[in-house]
Amino acid sequence: MEFDVVVVGGGPAGLAAAIRVKQLAAETGADVSVCLIEKGSEIGAHILSGAVMDPRGLNELLPNWKARGAPLNTPVTEDRFQFLTRRGSWRLPNSLLPACFHNEGNYVISLGNLCRWLGQQAEALGVEVYAGFAGAEVLYDDKGAVKGVATSDMGIGKDGKPTDAYQRGVELHAKYTLFAEGCRGQLGLQLEARFNLRERADPQVYGIGIKELWEVKPERHKPGLVVHTAGWPLSNDTYGGSFLYHMENRQVAVGLVVGLGYKNPHLSPFEEFQRYKTHPSIRPFFEGGRRIGYGARAITAGGFQALPKLVFPGGCMIGDDAGFLNGARIKGSHTAIKSGMLAAEALVPALAKGRGRDELEAYPAAYRTSWMHDELYRARNFKPWMSGNMLFGTLMFGVDQQVFRGRAPWTLHLKADHTKLKKASECTPIDYPKPDGVLTFDRLSSVFLSNTHHEENQPAHLTLKDSGVPIKINLELYDAPETRYCPAGVYEIARDPDGGNPRLQINAANCVHCKTCDIKDPTQNIVWVAPQGGEGPVYSGM
Amino acid sequence: MKILVAVKRVVDSNIKVRVKADGSGMETANLKMAMNPFDEIAVEEAVRLKEAGSATEVVAVSMGPGACQETLRSAMAMGADRSILVQTDADLQPLAVAKLLAAIVKKEVPRVVFLGKQAIDDDSNQTGQMLAALIDWPQGTFASKVKLADGNVEVTREIDGGLETVSLQLPAVITADLRLNTPRYVTLPNIMKAKKKPMETLRPEDLGVDIAPRLKTLKVTDPPSRKAGAKVADVKELVAKLRSEAKVI
Repeated sequence: MEFDVVVVGGGPAGLAAAIRVKQLAAETGADVSVCLIEKGSEIGAHILSGAVMDPRGLNELLPNWKARGAPLNTPVTEDRFQFLTRRGSWRLPNSLLPACFHNEGNYVISLGNLCRWLGQQAEALGVEVYAGFAGAEVLYDDKGAVKGVATSDMGIGKDGKPTDAYQRGVELHAKYTLFAEGCRGQLGLQLEARFNLRERADPQVYGIGIKELWEVKPERHKPGLVVHTAGWPLSNDTYGGSFLYHMENRQVAVGLVVGLGYKNPHLSPFEEFQRYKTHPSIRPFFEGGRRIGYGARAITAGGFQALPKLVFPGGCMIGDDAGFLNGARIKGSHTAIKSGMLAAEALVPALAKGRGRDELEAYPAAYRTSWMHDELYRARNFKPWMSGNMLFGTLMFGVDQQVFRGRAPWTLHLKADHTKLKKASECTPIDYPKPDGVLTFDRLSSVFLSNTHHEENQPAHLTLKDSGVPIKINLELYDAPETRYCPAGVYEIARDPDGGNPRLQINAANCVHCKTCDIKDPTQNIVWVAPQGGEGPVYSGM
Repeated sequence: MKILVAVKRVVDSNIKVRVKADGSGMETANLKMAMNPFDEIAVEEAVRLKEAGSATEVVAVSMGPGACQETLRSAMAMGADRSILVQTDADLQPLAVAKLLAAIVKKEVPRVVFLGKQAIDDDSNQTGQMLAALIDWPQGTFASKVKLADGNVEVTREIDGGLETVSLQLPAVITADLRLNTPRYVTLPNIMKAKKKPMETLRPEDLGVDIAPRLKTLKVTDPPSRKAGAKVADVKELVAKLRSEAKVI
């Protein structure tokens, strides 16, 4: 099937790009066909974010978003930043908080609901939006340029052979293909390798964000309250922190981001998140409340230094597929939207000139002169400072921001997350408390709330490059860290009744598509590919 | 031969629903919606009959708010030729739906009406049966196998004791059970084609049907949480507990 533009991924970047293409085409009276595919069963099903959004990107894309009913209903009313210790906490006065942590003018939103609304705007403009279809393969023309993508076959059995329900995927051809799969997109990784896009970039680094949605008692609810913490339960050498945002409808979004450069293989981000909730300054919010949602997703944290080359013949990367999230502000949806817009603004004039399947050099050029570039540049030393000693890093980043205003005469660099894991024997095991089923929970009942589902009879979408590595290396040297960092309990070490014959069991049906295993496996032995379309989590209001 | 298939828009079967905090009903705001799984099976069966040459046209019909259009588009993407939406924001209960379907049947004159055996949101299991009674047609409910012949249809029904096969004179109402078939995956080209297939929109008033609810929901609560079990020493203790604690004998 032929289109002018194909967008892979229905998140804020992909939708913004599709909308902007149609807006620009309408201005010139041109007819530009746009097809957007999304692997979730509906737009928003796979979207998970805190989120406190800076409306800057949306203001530019759809200035009358309020009149059109965009779900930005809770302006931020109060910012709190706390350092937690095991029993206590101390609050950093707002006057000492660097500008990147101030949230006046921002909104507490559900990014999933916003994407659903953006999807409706896109369809109203004539974008063909197809949810339930995963981009499985990049297609190349005979000159080696990207000519589109193929959607995944449906109905292939566990043995790799077609079942009765088999439907072949379709080829979607385009003059330009925009890749907007989000953090650690599988096609994005393939494109980076093929076109050598990371030649001059630092390796990307990541965090895993685990989030719960709670309905709290009215007296505990303060709409617009934004709380961030650092410190306990994470140790001083582990990057991460929590977020706790009060939304409308008595809902509170709460979560913990753990940097995937953590060193101790005994660490379980899920358990850290559960015990974080028990802190005396956090637990009161949730007394008498009930948990209504759970999910997890990896996020990019490398920012400026980790951005790859954005364009290649026939397409480009937008949103977190490239990695535009600002780690210092922990905000990425505004830059995702902006990047989609910039790509569209480069693309439509190119199409008008009869171009196609070439490099949209106007897109990175526009990025370099945009507010996005300025914002990411000034935040660039955040992650590198925070990759060592958190307390020292905080101090140094404070200097970087308050003294140098983000324009320090140096740019620090990043090291890949999976190289940082130490051997299990060199690290102390962590004794996590048992869940109480009221405030803290076990992994399986949590995954239950993500509504994730996969057809059992299909090839496992989590593949191993070498089937011997999980036991020989991961278990022997690192005590199987995948059994801890996976927020969905996909990985288990199964043993015989006598404890012998250990083997890695992959419960692929539990997967919530967070991509953490693809990132953190010490030898990069695990490769995540999209299962057939329409599966995975069905997040609501996340 | 024309087949009419009734489809309902319900909360997606993968979603774990919860009761509203005030107990007035289920929380459905912002949840993903989808075609009722048993209705998907009904659509699949109708489309297979058309592909086998036994039917000439499959018409999908749904009742509810404007968003039901998506459900009808899915039905057409699976192979239905056209669809009818009876649009209303009112609370529709099985009797009202059956009456509306009876009016549609009078208009369209199908030979078979397929429905799902029940909807996964209310689990009423009434609409197909009520429809058959209203229009005085034979019914084959909980169908796990359907065999169309000249002038009649053989329906194998899943019943408590096993399977029962009935022969119904056409026209007939059939409701689909789980094992009737496995619905096909909808393909992208078929979704695109479905956009161009005709969809007619009607209102209940146009059909002259009184859809006022006859049932009022008083309260919805979570089921009681499971209590821990207890081991008993012998049958005597079991009987005593069944009498005094469980109060079932």
